[in-house]
Amino acid sequence: MLATRALRLIGKRAISTSVCVRGGHGVAKVEDYTLPAYFDKREEPLPDICYVQTLSPEQKSLKEKEMGSWASLSNDEKIALYRISFKESFAEMNHPTSEWKSVVAGMFFLIGFTGFVVLWQRKYVYGAVPHTFDPEYKAKELQRMLDMRINPVEGFSANWDYENKQWKK
Amino acid sequence: MSLQKPLMRGMLGKRLRFHLPIAFSLSLLAAIAFKYAVTEPRKQAYADFYKQYDATKEFNAMREAGIFESVRPSEE
Repeated sequence: MLATRALRLIGKRAISTSVCVRGGHGVAKVEDYTLPAYFDKREEPLPDICYVQTLSPEQKSLKEKEMGSWASLSNDEKIALYRISFKESFAEMNHPTSEWKSVVAGMFFLIGFTGFVVLWQRKYVYGAVPHTFDPEYKAKELQRMLDMRINPVEGFSANWDYENKQWKK
Repeated sequence: MSLQKPLMRGMLGKRLRFHLPIAFSLSLLAAIAFKYAVTEPRKQAYADFYKQYDATKEFNAMREAGIFESVRPSEE
């Protein structure tokens, strides 16, 4: 614990290089996924670590130059410094993909497939429909609804001509 | 390269000042349209129906059709 605190003063990745001694059993291996990672996220504009961890010699000299006055940096050098710290710019990271086309295509395909499933179900799974769906039974239902004057003002029976025993034109 | 300072504040207020009057007026319009397209014709339809309504005649017609259980059709 004290060793990690002391080493923290040395470098950015101090935590990774610190030694964690576990009760005489040896060094615990530090997994990659436990360390801070780089993510391009619109909601978190400053990731935990820089994108480029191991700098090439030119990048190292650029970083030295960055310690001085920034006015002396050319535009290309500024862009190079940006690319050391970040992988994609906001414009690149937010650029729309065509993924939605695949999603919609998949949706339609699966809905179509569901249609086949439903047809098969109607043929092989469901039993016969009740006798109340027979045409004669339905005709009797209709006559009874008209006799009862269902919705005579604006609805059902309003469309029936009781004098001439037919639907109103 | 000096950019213009971006909009820092007042965005919600600006959006509300633009959208709220539109929202209120469209809602009011919808309510007025519904009143004059649906409720007024419906009230008129009911008024017209009951102007010429003879309850006894309708009752006897229904009775003859045989839908009541308390009064059966007047069998001769």
